[in-house]
Amino acid sequence: MCGIIGVIDRKMNKMDGSSIRDALSLMNERGSGEGAGYAAYGIYPDFADCYALHVFFDNLVEPKSTVDDMIQKWGRIVYQEEIPTYQQPGLKRAHVPWRYFFKPYSDLMTGSSTPEDDIVKHLVMHINSDIKGALVFSSGKNMGVFKAAGWPEDVANFYRIENYEGHIWIAHNRYPTNTPGWWGGAHPFNLLDWGVVHNGEITSYGTNRRFVESNGYTCSMFTDTEVVAYLFDLLGRHHKLPEEAIVKALAPPFWDEIDSMEDKEHELNKAIRLTYGPALMNGPFAIVVATQNWMVGFTDRIKLRPLVVGENGDRLYISSEEAAIRVMDPNVQKVYMPKAGEPVIGRVIE
Amino acid sequence: MSLGSIPMRYRVKIDREQCMECMRCIDNCSYGVFREENGKIHIDSRNCTVCHRCISMCPRDAIDLHERPVDYRSHPLWTPEAREDIINQARGGKIILSGMGNAKPYPVIFDRLVLDACQVTNPSIDPLREPMELRTYIGKKPKQLHITKNEAGDLELETELSPNLKLDTPIMIGHMSYGAISLNAQLSLAKAAAKVGTYMGTGEGGLHEHLHPYQNNMIVQVASGRFGVDIDYLERGAAIEIKIGQGAKPGIGGHLPGEKVCADISCTRMIPQGSDAISPAPHHDIYSIEDLAQLVRSLKEATNWEKPVFVKIAAVHNTAAIAAGIARSSADAVVIDGFRGGTGAAPKVFRDNVGIPIEAAIASVDQKLHDQGIRNKLSVIASGGIRNSADIAKAIALGADAVYIGTAALVSMGCRVCGNCYRGLCPWGIATQREDLVQRLDPEIESEHVANLINSWTLELSEIMGAAGINSIESLRSNRSRLRGYMLDEGTLEVLEVKPVGA
Ligand code: SF4
Ligand code: SF4
Repeated sequence: MCGIIGVIDRKMNKMDGSSIRDALSLMNERGSGEGAGYAAYGIYPDFADCYALHVFFDNLVEPKSTVDDMIQKWGRIVYQEEIPTYQQPGLKRAHVPWRYFFKPYSDLMTGSSTPEDDIVKHLVMHINSDIKGALVFSSGKNMGVFKAAGWPEDVANFYRIENYEGHIWIAHNRYPTNTPGWWGGAHPFNLLDWGVVHNGEITSYGTNRRFVESNGYTCSMFTDTEVVAYLFDLLGRHHKLPEEAIVKALAPPFWDEIDSMEDKEHELNKAIRLTYGPALMNGPFAIVVATQNWMVGFTDRIKLRPLVVGENGDRLYISSEEAAIRVMDPNVQKVYMPKAGEPVIGRVIE
Repeated sequence: MSLGSIPMRYRVKIDREQCMECMRCIDNCSYGVFREENGKIHIDSRNCTVCHRCISMCPRDAIDLHERPVDYRSHPLWTPEAREDIINQARGGKIILSGMGNAKPYPVIFDRLVLDACQVTNPSIDPLREPMELRTYIGKKPKQLHITKNEAGDLELETELSPNLKLDTPIMIGHMSYGAISLNAQLSLAKAAAKVGTYMGTGEGGLHEHLHPYQNNMIVQVASGRFGVDIDYLERGAAIEIKIGQGAKPGIGGHLPGEKVCADISCTRMIPQGSDAISPAPHHDIYSIEDLAQLVRSLKEATNWEKPVFVKIAAVHNTAAIAAGIARSSADAVVIDGFRGGTGAAPKVFRDNVGIPIEAAIASVDQKLHDQGIRNKLSVIASGGIRNSADIAKAIALGADAVYIGTAALVSMGCRVCGNCYRGLCPWGIATQREDLVQRLDPEIESEHVANLINSWTLELSEIMGAAGINSIESLRSNRSRLRGYMLDEGTLEVLEVKPVGA
């Protein structure tokens, strides 16, 4: 189960979080009240060149001072505060959500072509696997994830997400199966600018996990969605693959189709499958992945999970249900269902 | 004082009521158990190897064969086998030879691993209705691709890939040389490999010209003896395999007795007729991993860098480190042969006591290569004791790209695993060069059997994958979360990196 929805405004006009909250709540049948979350891009214009680190602290004593020490070794905290939250009757506050606006000292990471990103990635991996009582759940620039164990509307109201304005939003309503409902297990999953919402179960998890771990990532959240964020970071940021190529790696065409492609196309698709076989994601899934200036939605190769697309002017919507899109935009124009494995990409027009 | 004889192992009996005295058993038993005297069939059970040839050829089902255990004073340490081996060696003063795989009752790890299946939260996939992809490419893959977008928005591939072997099924047929097995047996295997879209190994005995039509499905082997190796041989193979070690006998070489080196074998191996063909334990130009890397490169250079080069080693405790070295040598695949691997002839003490199980070797190799971030640099092929499609699925989940089967392919041609291959009298025409016995094996028919076996295992693999909700073999590879260990000790589970049942 699980319900997902994402929206991008291609002209970067801002949307507040209220309509996506309503859309997600419409899909409550797809959740169980044990996890929901939102991610928005463009929400921190005042700190646009800082990494916004969102951290769940079990308490603000030991884990926080350990995290403070650690990140200050690698950079400067420009500003920090507790993320404002508002008590909700149906939501048990299990952690203290905190945010840092952080600037890494890029000269500390040698041998990297993206030293700042790699410092942040290193910090996220390290904190999440080694520091008890602290979990970084958002680490991109000018973007942020807001999530908790609860129903979509409770989580939204808890963070008052209508107070945030972004040009891309993705959101998730969770029906947990593999791990119990806990704050860290709620979606979106994030690393740097990559935000992921996912409906389904990745049967290739063992393979994908080994692949990302052998490429320097540490999986610490016990869930398959986490690897999707890392796969995008590895293939998109490190290997610099264009978006279409990343999707081809994660949900490639079948060999029969590849065999019938003309030469150049054939070579490309074969090369992707050979090289990125361990990144191929199997099992039922529908996924929306966002980053600063684009958003992509796609399903597994035989489409075992639903995905609907809607368009209206500059806005592109991707969701599990058409009804959810209509809650956000009653006048949505073009509504269609993409083919299995076929990516739907929305890009910012600059 | 004589040591006397040791008790016979089996008793062969003919039900005289049933027997029609067609004498077929006499013709079929190459071990001379039956003989005719005064129109009657006499039986010398002592020679029986339990090869079942007579039984399967008897038109009246008149032959009965029983194990005939004789009581020794029971003793937990001094088993009858231990005592009999001593008696034999005391008499002969020789190494005890044996054929086929390890015959000790070590627990089989494969049998203590269970596969996982999907239920409600993720649906299983029906291979009858949905595509199931078992196609496998063996060879080096780049660590990453360079893909750019041109002005029209099309993706452009900038990376060039190394040659890979394309397999329609992850099941290949391992190396069994002409010499160890008959030409008809090799022909059957080669035809089967071509039929099912896979590959077979030539073994270290060269490539007989009758096999040339199947060369595109053959992997030519270069062993320490260099038998049959010349540029023509290398160029004919679809890939080249350097054999360093073999699961049945890690650390020792091979030996084909001169009596078996007939004219044809002498031609194929490029050695004088009647001379012993000895493959020394080490390659005399390889005394370090750098030497191996040089040989890999020389073979590539000789063949224009157009063919994948594999390196085969026996599974031993430091296999993972060796494999990591091989990965850095420009080799394209490493073959790891476990301690249950079969053989035409090996000292029994080696066959039964040296090496480690393939399951653990594959898991540790896969882990090491992942840890070092070089798993893409080479394919991993598992062999040695693969008995069914479940073993294959488990080997792949533990990290293999593909498997080699050997004994299983022979069994599909009639072999009853009697273990007397080294005697050259194989009644099934497999492990023999005796013309009359070789003729018993019809390559047309037997290739059909071998192909059937591989096809049925491929179908079963699809079902296993579908049940696990996986529709491409890439996603089964190294996927330890699809396995659980049942009654395996903690240490083994740790090496396999598999959780126990219920976890
Ligand atoms: S050796 Fe084989 S053919 Fe001969 S009697 Fe025994 S089972 Fe029959
Ligand atoms: S190949 Fe022949 S000799 Fe060897 S075990 Fe099989 S049946 Fe016996």
